[in-house]
Amino acid sequence: MHRRPTTEPAVVRWFLIAIALLFMALFLVIPLVAVFAEAFSKGIGYYAHTLASPNALSAIKLTCIAAGISVPLNCVFGVAAAWAIAKFDFFGKNILTTLIDIPFCVSPVIAGFLYVLVFGRRGWLGPWFIDHGIRVLFGVPGIVLATMFVTFPFVARELIPLMQSQGRSAEEAARTLGARGWQVFWRVTLPNIKWGLLYGVILCNARAIGEFGAVSVVSGHIEGANTMTLHVQALYENYDQTGAFAVASVMTLLALMTIGLKEWVERKGTAASSKGTPS
Amino acid sequence: MSLSRHRKVLPGFRSTLGFTLLYLGLVVLVPLAAAFAKLGGLTWAQFWHAIASPVTLAAYRLSFGASFFAALVNSVFGLLVAWVLVRYQFWGKKLMDALVDLPFALPTAVAGITLATLYAQNGWIGRWLTPFGIKISYTSLGVFVALTFIGLPFVVRTVQPVLEDFDLEIEEAAASLGANRFKTFFRVILPMIFPALLTGFALAFARALGEYGSVVFISSNIPLRTQIVPVLIMSKLEQFDYAGATALAVVMLAISFALLLAINGLQTWSVRHREHH
Repeated sequence: MHRRPTTEPAVVRWFLIAIALLFMALFLVIPLVAVFAEAFSKGIGYYAHTLASPNALSAIKLTCIAAGISVPLNCVFGVAAAWAIAKFDFFGKNILTTLIDIPFCVSPVIAGFLYVLVFGRRGWLGPWFIDHGIRVLFGVPGIVLATMFVTFPFVARELIPLMQSQGRSAEEAARTLGARGWQVFWRVTLPNIKWGLLYGVILCNARAIGEFGAVSVVSGHIEGANTMTLHVQALYENYDQTGAFAVASVMTLLALMTIGLKEWVERKGTAASSKGTPS
Repeated sequence: MSLSRHRKVLPGFRSTLGFTLLYLGLVVLVPLAAAFAKLGGLTWAQFWHAIASPVTLAAYRLSFGASFFAALVNSVFGLLVAWVLVRYQFWGKKLMDALVDLPFALPTAVAGITLATLYAQNGWIGRWLTPFGIKISYTSLGVFVALTFIGLPFVVRTVQPVLEDFDLEIEEAAASLGANRFKTFFRVILPMIFPALLTGFALAFARALGEYGSVVFISSNIPLRTQIVPVLIMSKLEQFDYAGATALAVVMLAISFALLLAINGLQTWSVRHREHH
């Protein structure tokens, strides 16, 4: 059978597909299945009991607080930074973009450590907070700050190239038609960036929920004051493997939902840009 | 159009730039400055002792070595996965494409305990290797496996768009000149996607270097043997050796920043490389 000159013989193709599938199965599918198998290995009763325990519930609450504060703040930052960088020319734009990327390449343990240096007992701001009875490290504020640091660039990284490629003409046109500042943003810019923004928020949120290294450094690892990831660690290290996987399975479901949402937004975003109009 | 006319047409320059700089300063730059300030308070002896002790050197060897090989494996298999996803049709392709992002979306602690359990001696995967005397969990081999998991999406997602945009005419030209597919791949396609491949490698490497959550469970974290640099920093913090932790952290920050610049440079090269073909 005649095959196109730009593809391989069928045997080669299937061989390559098989190897790729094997690699993916080994590294991705098996771990995915294992999480749920381990989580339910002691039955549904144990699973429900683990998730309904006070420590688990407070862990879920703390994770929600950390994500609920970091994601919106970093979202606002991302939009502001992208607006400044994409719609104007100024000296140091590239430096600014690189600086914004920094948290992306810093190890989470180091990120947590930086906040210990600032808010610790001998840190720059630590003594002031301690004197005023505010517990930053080993408390909720520390965890929120550490989460903010590691999720800092996500929305900005999505929006900056997007808004740069969209240019300024639409906004400038709106201005010449008499629109005021906020109107230009809400009615011209926002519809154009909404899929990119949503994509960035989804990634930012997933990272915030899953953060472990940085919060591990700034937290006191006290039962009842842990995030979900720290709670997984606590259960695992206390030999409650099934319990650890039970909580982990919830986070895995969230991760799968994140992937699904991401795919959906990507498809919508490509459809919108190929139509040439915001959908 | 002049600079000032841009600023006058569109509003919000001062406020958005001001807010951006303020937020960046508070969240990122102030903590970074604290590390460098602390570094300034160290004597050379303290600094050298921290970054050149046998324990530290062993940690560097493991971190850099395992990250390098993990990124290498991911480059080979990531390229394969990207190729298969872009060029072929098969059942489950969309699912596979979506699953590639799993290491991005999954919390590192979840990955950590899962891999540690799977590759333990009686684990689902580990039990097949135990008869051969191969131990993965609690050895440096386990560190390598965890870092491979973590870096999996980077090469795939960097190479995929380049392969998707690839001009088939070039391959047809090669075929018409008598090259078989093997030759075409290695002498025509591979050189053209090389910048993207290298970028993916660098991203996977950089990510693996700083990784903590996925590794800390599967490794036995024994100093001089199975301890990676982030775990070493954590252990110094637990012992209140802030000086040592600062020294190590600053060195790692410098390396991370250098990698960041290298990756940005690679990405620029990659774009220009494509535009010239």
